[in-house]
Amino acid sequence: MASVEVREIVKQFGENAPAVDHISLTAQDGEFLVLLGPSGCGKTTLLRMIGGLEPPTSGDVVIGNHVVTHLPPRARRIAMVFQSYALYPHMSVHDNIAFPLRAQGTPKAEQEKRINWAASILGLDGLMKRKPRQLSGGQRQRVALARALVREPSVFLLDEPLSNLDAQRRASARDELQQFQRSIGTTTIYVTHDQVEAMGMGDRIAVLNLGTVRQIGTPQEIYDDPADTFVATFLGSPPMNLVERGTMLHGFRPEHFSPAAWHDAANPFERFSFVPHREEYLGAERLIYGEVGDEKVVARFPATTQLDFSIGHPVEFGVATRHMRYFDAESGVRSYETP
Amino acid sequence: MSALTSPSTGETLTWSDDDFEPDGRYLLDNSRLLGPIMLMPAVIYIIGLVGVPFALAIAYAFSDVTVGDQSIDWVGLRNFRDVWGNDTFQRALRNSFMFAIVSQVIVIILANMLAMVLSANFHGKRIVRFLVLLPWTTPIALAVIGWLWTLDNVYSPIDAALRELGLLGPGTMFGPGKNMLWLAKPDLAQLSVLTVHVWRTLPLATVILLAGLAAIPQDVKDAADVDGASFWRQFFYIRVPLLIPIMTVAILYGIVFTFTDMTVVYILTRGGPIDNTQVLASWAFFTGVEASNLAHGAAIALFLFPLLVVVALIMLRVAKRAETV
Repeated sequence: MASVEVREIVKQFGENAPAVDHISLTAQDGEFLVLLGPSGCGKTTLLRMIGGLEPPTSGDVVIGNHVVTHLPPRARRIAMVFQSYALYPHMSVHDNIAFPLRAQGTPKAEQEKRINWAASILGLDGLMKRKPRQLSGGQRQRVALARALVREPSVFLLDEPLSNLDAQRRASARDELQQFQRSIGTTTIYVTHDQVEAMGMGDRIAVLNLGTVRQIGTPQEIYDDPADTFVATFLGSPPMNLVERGTMLHGFRPEHFSPAAWHDAANPFERFSFVPHREEYLGAERLIYGEVGDEKVVARFPATTQLDFSIGHPVEFGVATRHMRYFDAESGVRSYETP
Repeated sequence: MSALTSPSTGETLTWSDDDFEPDGRYLLDNSRLLGPIMLMPAVIYIIGLVGVPFALAIAYAFSDVTVGDQSIDWVGLRNFRDVWGNDTFQRALRNSFMFAIVSQVIVIILANMLAMVLSANFHGKRIVRFLVLLPWTTPIALAVIGWLWTLDNVYSPIDAALRELGLLGPGTMFGPGKNMLWLAKPDLAQLSVLTVHVWRTLPLATVILLAGLAAIPQDVKDAADVDGASFWRQFFYIRVPLLIPIMTVAILYGIVFTFTDMTVVYILTRGGPIDNTQVLASWAFFTGVEASNLAHGAAIALFLFPLLVVVALIMLRVAKRAETV
């Protein structure tokens, strides 16, 4: 087991803006850290630098207490699961899992013991003779995990391992993967662009954009206290509403946006004149799309709630002051003063 | 009569049912008609230039036809017996196999190395790729004439270089003569033919293997890196197994090209010295055309057939497997 740290790491491809721009962060020993961001934000590049598949332009990677920046991947005691699973197509499931052990020169008897252990943890017992092309997406993913697991690595690096699964299978895979990580307790760095995966699985989330870390924190901190407008609008579906008032952006989550009449006079709240344009019924909840002034905003209600306003007619809405978040209109950075 | 108001111009568009009657303009949209029409040129070409000569060759091989007497009289297997009993034929048969197999073993090793070098990133990669491909673009006859001069018994630049290096001449490694006599000594002549075949088929094999290497997903190579596989382990356990289908294609092409080729031998050595580099194709040509014994020539050429059938069958299997993966 080990912690993973990157220090002021930079990756520049050619003359372009750096893909990773002076990022420093640490995954604690045993932690499940998620790197979350839109495509092109540098999260996969960062992961590949930690794994040693991409040399950094500058900066260091530290695993345990060792600087491993100049070590090849095989010297880093890491295991990686790729988006495509990257199984060896010509080898059986058994040989795929055995490959890292054979490469290390593990004794034959020990190999079989570890292969059986990994296979039983991941429920692959009946599939050992199959070739990857004879497996379903979920089974391939489990083989990739087993291949990563047998080496007993000190760090797991996972690059969007669930993105090739269908939506249903993904939910259960999320659950399995997290339980699995908890049970073996290996430090894990997990790259995804899917906020549901990030929120549901991560001990902490690092939100990346344009090669920099915008915020690191627990899922709750990231969602409730976004450090800037990028984080505020990247997380949440629909994202945080932002309404410009003076030099500030007033931010609030759709679930906190409700008719002023519902608010209790004892608790202070901020008023907005809301014009609802359209209702979207989603089964468990309904979304009301509309405008405050010229800005588009969304309100979210449980489907069971009775709504006492009608589409097309302006209505007075409010947000409890404790749920308001303020950002500088120009820089987008969070401001902790109430205007 | 139907009508519609055009949403863009507001005009009224009208049409009658007659507008939908087929008027022959869409005849070629029918793939059952278009398919055979498009295929016809290839079929005519293959029947005319492959099928007819092949049937003729079989007919000749079982008859006593010569350039002087072209009437086809059935003689059964006599031509094959005669041809088989000839020492030069035996040597040509051995040489054909030897040249094809040895050259392709060398080609596949070199092509693997070259493909790996060319798939790496370095400055001037395009120029190197271009140079590697050049032998393939040169017409065979011209290229072999170039080699003929390069290996000349008197003026060979290789000999000149060896002399300069002090490796050739009296009291040196390659001996007292001032020339190697590449094309005049039996084993050197065979080596020369082999070298030209390797030189000529290497580019295609390299390009085929380059395509194969590019088809191995980066993720799989990365996974092998992370899994701790050394270069040789990755090479023998990941790359080679994944390249085998496409390597088979490269080798089979090379075998067909070398096994059926007569240009190299014909121009470089004319089968000599004393038939030491004779191959089936050249021996069939010398016997059938230059010595006017069409029947024997056809019988010799038909000995190429069984091997080519086997090669074709393997090719078809590889192609089929590639389709199903």
